[in-house]
Amino acid sequence: MLLRHTPAEIRERSALNINPAKTCQPIGAMYAGLGIKGCLPHSHGSQGCCAYHRSTLTRHYKEPVSAATSSFTEGASVFGGQANLLQAIENIFSVYEPEIITVHTTCLSETIGDDLNQIVDKAVKEGKVPAGKQVIFASTPSYVGSHVTGFSNMVKGMVKCLAVASGKKNGKVNIIPGWVEPADMEEIKRIAGMIGVSFTMFPDTSGVLNGPLTGEYHMFPDAGTPAEDIRAAGDAIGTLALGEWCSADAARTLDAQCKVPCRVLDLPIGLKATDRFIDALRTVAGTSVPDTVNFERGQLIDVISDYHQYFFGKKVALVGDPDQLIALTEFLLTLDMQPVHVVTGTPGKKFEARIRELCAGKGFDVNVRAAGDMFLLHQWIKNQPVDLIMGNTYCKYIARDEDIPYVRFGFPIMDRVGHQYFPVTGYKGGIRLMEKILGVLLDRADRDAPEEKFELVY
Amino acid sequence: MALKHKSIPDVATVKEELLKKYPTKVARKRAKQIVINDVKDGDVVPEVQANVRTTPGIITMRGCTYAGCKGVILGPTRDIVNITHGPIGCGFYSWLTRRNQTKAPLESSENFMPYAFSTDMQDEDIIFGGEKKLIAAIQEAYDTFHPKAIAIFATCPVGLIGDDIHAVARKMKEKLGINIFAFSCEGYKGVSQSAGHHIANNQIFTHVVGEDDTPRLGEYKINMLGEYNIGGDAFELERVLEKCGITLVSTFSGNSTYEHFATAHQADLNAVMCHRSINYVAEMMETKYGIPWIKVNFIGAESSAKSLRKIAQYFGDKKLIDRVEEVIAEEMPAVHAALEDVKPFTEGKTAMLFVGGSRAHHYQDLFTEMGMKTIAAGYEFAHRDDYEGRKVMPTIKVDADSRNIEEIEVTPDSTRFVPRKSDEDLKRLAEEGFTFKDYEGMMPQMESNTLVIDDLNQYEADKLIELLKPDVFCAGIKEKFSVQKMGVPMKQLHSYDYGGPYAGFRGAVNFYVEIKRLVTSKVWNDLKAPWEENPELSATYVWE
Repeated sequence: MLLRHTPAEIRERSALNINPAKTCQPIGAMYAGLGIKGCLPHSHGSQGCCAYHRSTLTRHYKEPVSAATSSFTEGASVFGGQANLLQAIENIFSVYEPEIITVHTTCLSETIGDDLNQIVDKAVKEGKVPAGKQVIFASTPSYVGSHVTGFSNMVKGMVKCLAVASGKKNGKVNIIPGWVEPADMEEIKRIAGMIGVSFTMFPDTSGVLNGPLTGEYHMFPDAGTPAEDIRAAGDAIGTLALGEWCSADAARTLDAQCKVPCRVLDLPIGLKATDRFIDALRTVAGTSVPDTVNFERGQLIDVISDYHQYFFGKKVALVGDPDQLIALTEFLLTLDMQPVHVVTGTPGKKFEARIRELCAGKGFDVNVRAAGDMFLLHQWIKNQPVDLIMGNTYCKYIARDEDIPYVRFGFPIMDRVGHQYFPVTGYKGGIRLMEKILGVLLDRADRDAPEEKFELVY
Repeated sequence: MALKHKSIPDVATVKEELLKKYPTKVARKRAKQIVINDVKDGDVVPEVQANVRTTPGIITMRGCTYAGCKGVILGPTRDIVNITHGPIGCGFYSWLTRRNQTKAPLESSENFMPYAFSTDMQDEDIIFGGEKKLIAAIQEAYDTFHPKAIAIFATCPVGLIGDDIHAVARKMKEKLGINIFAFSCEGYKGVSQSAGHHIANNQIFTHVVGEDDTPRLGEYKINMLGEYNIGGDAFELERVLEKCGITLVSTFSGNSTYEHFATAHQADLNAVMCHRSINYVAEMMETKYGIPWIKVNFIGAESSAKSLRKIAQYFGDKKLIDRVEEVIAEEMPAVHAALEDVKPFTEGKTAMLFVGGSRAHHYQDLFTEMGMKTIAAGYEFAHRDDYEGRKVMPTIKVDADSRNIEEIEVTPDSTRFVPRKSDEDLKRLAEEGFTFKDYEGMMPQMESNTLVIDDLNQYEADKLIELLKPDVFCAGIKEKFSVQKMGVPMKQLHSYDYGGPYAGFRGAVNFYVEIKRLVTSKVWNDLKAPWEENPELSATYVWE
């Protein structure tokens, strides 16, 4: 057994996290920064943070992930990191020539109290930021929240540092997609395009972290949201923020800062959440939904009805990030599956409340935990077995030990390809999720069926 | 390949090109770290600046002290519960990502490697101190797992807020009656992972080595130091050593257990693979217990044979010397057969290696065996002695960053210090040309007019590839995909791209086959679409 020391007996722990279901803020900030065109994210801390974040993102995407670091030494940790960051800004613009740098903090620079606002201001005053280029920043202490919080904080940082209201509305809608894959950002843009909405999406990692192999390497691919578009987000007629945990803060900040009203929706994963997203899009655009969208929706419904018998009543264990899990839970309930164990590492009681609310009256009791870990999830599974596990790559240790079908979902996925290229959002994404779920469930049925019960057709 | 058919500039021009774009101060510093190799008589090579700070803003390949300590040295030991004391990230990122394989002999044997343990510090712990949480975490780990040892690793904020992790370790050791020890391996210490190796060496030597005097029996007892069992390398070495009749008391730290470390003082020889990461333990064991150390290299079939012979020569026993020759004779035919198969594809090709503190040197042997030339190489975190040889150690200036890393005082053990060799033996070995604690470094082995670059960064890597067009580039995961975007096959020498083993004889064969796969892969010829190759429409379409 891989996780041979995990007992079924659950002992409440107050101090020891075992097999985390989250990681730290800065990696989320780095990922968000990569969604701005011509951006080099910068980690204000010691070298290891940047190396770890780049490595993890690279393992997940199999793509180059460039980011710089302030390379703190003991001296910088004692005397403050201002000199390091000023030097870094100067070197980055000279050597790598990005359009924009997104600086995020780490537990180190937060603990010593470095003030990014002041340091960046000094860099500008000292002429270290070339004309027309930008340095924006966000505070992302690793000891608060999770990687999800870091993503949210950097998107908020984009709004705070860039968005300006000129006083004249530009007729566009802002879409903040949340922490989803490049393929999902592409899909969300496609859907908005189909509805006919004039929009700005930020951040946008499509084309950045799923680029082609051509024989030429460009540190800054021709993709991502241009900084001037984020500046103009202050002139939009409204903002659709997808995901309370990843996008709402930025949207509300934009409202306060530039009087751009917002609406916070769930991530458009599954039937209902996609319905609400499209309904919101057509309302803000004042258009009617085209038949092409109805056609895709109908296809999703068709697959649900074709394969309902294999979803019905199946118990599922889920682990991942709040926005994803809320939407996924709702979708599994749409399929008449039973998400009986739901764990996120990200703290926040409102997550537990939302999952309970979704599962209420569905005929099963849900175990839900925010600020939980994968050790707890495994123990829950030992006590109440499930038919399916959905979560990141680390779930494969549980899946193998307990011999349970498993679908990779979330971050990081380090051992399979697909999440970069194929969305799980929108109606088509819903079909892909069902394809994946059915694939593992029916493979299992084929593996386990006695010869006389082996089925040709499902 | 996209980059072929361009002229290759000379190395001086390349160096100039690499420095051209830098601000003056950066250029001045990098000029000392980018060296054109020039091997003179007596293996005298130019000085390379190494183990110095990376300039902020430069996209370095380096990691931190915590990574070197928890990730590299202690990571591969399966039966110690390793608790990261800090916010969640560090523990998460070092969770199973280094591919140290381990084989617990029984289903009931302890193996904590698939687990990540962290105190997951929150803001209140940063403000009010994290010692209380650490104590509670150790207690919870003990209550659930009852391990024989618990190790604690500090992350950046721990040192800053002043948590006394060593006092906590002492207190809990006394309370629980198991060995508990801590590492002050905050990420900001030193200039790279290297400081973490040193800190790990010190603490494992102080708290574990020599803790168990239960006799480890066997002939020709050695420790293998600096072998981390990436991709099963240690398994291959275990196989070869066993076949030779050599008893492996411990490996630091691939496929290791607490007991291996605790009894390591009973070995009669320390064989050092990765000099950079583990020479401290070798030195300390020699001083305290009288165990001599030699440098070995089991990367490359010829190097493996040479290292086995060196171990046999040390023991000086005809039985062992003969057995080693038999084993080499048994292993070599498969190696030669594989070489015959791959050489037509690899001969004359070029490689660049930028990795680690020993691999960029050791792996050159494998490329040489395949008839490939290393045209540029460098380490991420090595010191001058790893480049120029240990002979330069007296001339290395200790700067402020290195001074912060503790050097521990070691004296001979009053009862357990045993000289392993008599003066006569030592004299005989010296006459035979046998050298102890000798590492000649990477540069004497490389040809003159090749490039040696310390702490290579992203900008320089891109430039090097553009200018010198290697056939294979070796580094780590962060470098992998930008290199391949340029149409150059890239081999990861940290994770082995999830392949391996590459050590020993069977490992050498695996590596030859892998490099042949990389240089012959058809994908590199398919980068351009037909319409990109011939963009001009020169004829109308011909239907059948």
